[in-house]
Amino acid sequence: MKKTKFYDLHVKNRAKIVEFAGFQMPIQYSSIIGEHKAVRTSVGVFDVSHMGEVFIRGSKALEFVQEITINDASKLTDGRVQYSAMCYPDGGIVDDLLVYRISQNEFMFVINASNIEKDFNWMKENLAYRQAGNSLSVEIDNQSEEYSLLAIQGPNSKKTLQKICDKELDLEYYHFFNAKIAGVDMIVSRTGYTGELGYEIYFKGDEKTAENIWERLFEAGKEFNIQPIGLAARDSLRLEMGFCLYGNDIDKTTNPLEAGLGWITKLNKESFIGREALLKIKEEGLKRKLVPVSASEKVFPRHGYELTFNGKKVGVVTSGTVSPTLDKPIALGYVDISHSAEGSRINFLVRGKEVSAEVVKLPFIKKM
Amino acid sequence: MNFPSNLKYTKDHEWISVDGNIGTIGITEYAQGELGDVVFVDIDPNLKEVKYSESFGTIEAVKTVSELFGPCSGKVIEINKDLGDNPELVNSDPYGKGWMIKINISNKSELDNLLDSEAYKKLIGQ
Repeated sequence: MKKTKFYDLHVKNRAKIVEFAGFQMPIQYSSIIGEHKAVRTSVGVFDVSHMGEVFIRGSKALEFVQEITINDASKLTDGRVQYSAMCYPDGGIVDDLLVYRISQNEFMFVINASNIEKDFNWMKENLAYRQAGNSLSVEIDNQSEEYSLLAIQGPNSKKTLQKICDKELDLEYYHFFNAKIAGVDMIVSRTGYTGELGYEIYFKGDEKTAENIWERLFEAGKEFNIQPIGLAARDSLRLEMGFCLYGNDIDKTTNPLEAGLGWITKLNKESFIGREALLKIKEEGLKRKLVPVSASEKVFPRHGYELTFNGKKVGVVTSGTVSPTLDKPIALGYVDISHSAEGSRINFLVRGKEVSAEVVKLPFIKKM
Repeated sequence: MNFPSNLKYTKDHEWISVDGNIGTIGITEYAQGELGDVVFVDIDPNLKEVKYSESFGTIEAVKTVSELFGPCSGKVIEINKDLGDNPELVNSDPYGKGWMIKINISNKSELDNLLDSEAYKKLIGQ
């Protein structure tokens, strides 16, 4: 079982540790709801070092990135980030990811922990295939084990991070730069998985370096009552925004169009893996859609629960919780296209009981 | 962790305190810790009777859902209404304000099936 460089700190902080994607990760420290609210109202720190970082380098790097991802990476300039995905030829999703353009000849992919090996192999395979017979000089470098990653999220994240960053933190959303934090070189990126103002910082170094950064962060955030946040609150925070989670809401059996990721699926791009299949899917019309569902009665929708209409199954919940912000059930689920319009009345089937619910719109919570 | 010796325990991690014929039921400190943040306790407000070893409701926590089983049979006297607005009482005060249901015990011999605090501690490896 793998551990991040913060593992000893998590144990010291009395985190409850669970296995996640082959890593021993903190699922909660104090209270999940308390952690969730700390991020919404002040600032929290997540160890997400289990995520993967893969670098694509070479004079034809952009060409390769364009072929293997569905969004249009040619729109990126140095220091910008793009949400994207990789698809199989049949349109199923290999993974969703962030693409960082470091320079014209260098990109960084940030991928899901559970998919690192699969993604890396997928990239290598496709590169080998494309290199055969022509000179596509591209190098794919998996640096996942070397990099640690912390997410600092919440309305007070900027004030916290600014104290220990050697540069003015004037980053726009989905932009990044190189800076020193607590004296260590890192990639500082204004991204996150919570919907709040927030940053993600990528750095190399041993446990000691990692622990020092953590301690400096907590010193800097002390006046804001900064909290460590576990994976459980990370899940409820992303769900309130309606962000997809690979393995729950999207996987190789789902395509980006039905998953509500049409906005990153650039079918007008000349060529990318999955394009033909996705064009066909679009032409034939979607059969189902991933939609946000909410109810007023207090139930707890969970992954795998059925969505029904007139006693018949019309869909399935892929992620659900009781929103700590709204104090009511929220869920994402695939429903037949005929029940997918906003305002459609459907039901959560909870242990044999139908509970009235409604297709709503995202995000579940209103952010400023 | 605390397991008061005046309570009886089930293998499903409920406790019952007995005062004459009145039994008060909740879940143990160990159970609340395993469940994590309790989001709500779902007991039918019209429930008339609790039956030994049968489900009388569910407890929904962030991570999982768990059934509540009757430690013994009896007529429902009261359901803890405070849990409606403050389900976290189950986490913060599982033997006090986090109680769930009060019953009029109909068959006291069923209590013999339950564990004392020592046996319960052994069950959970404490």
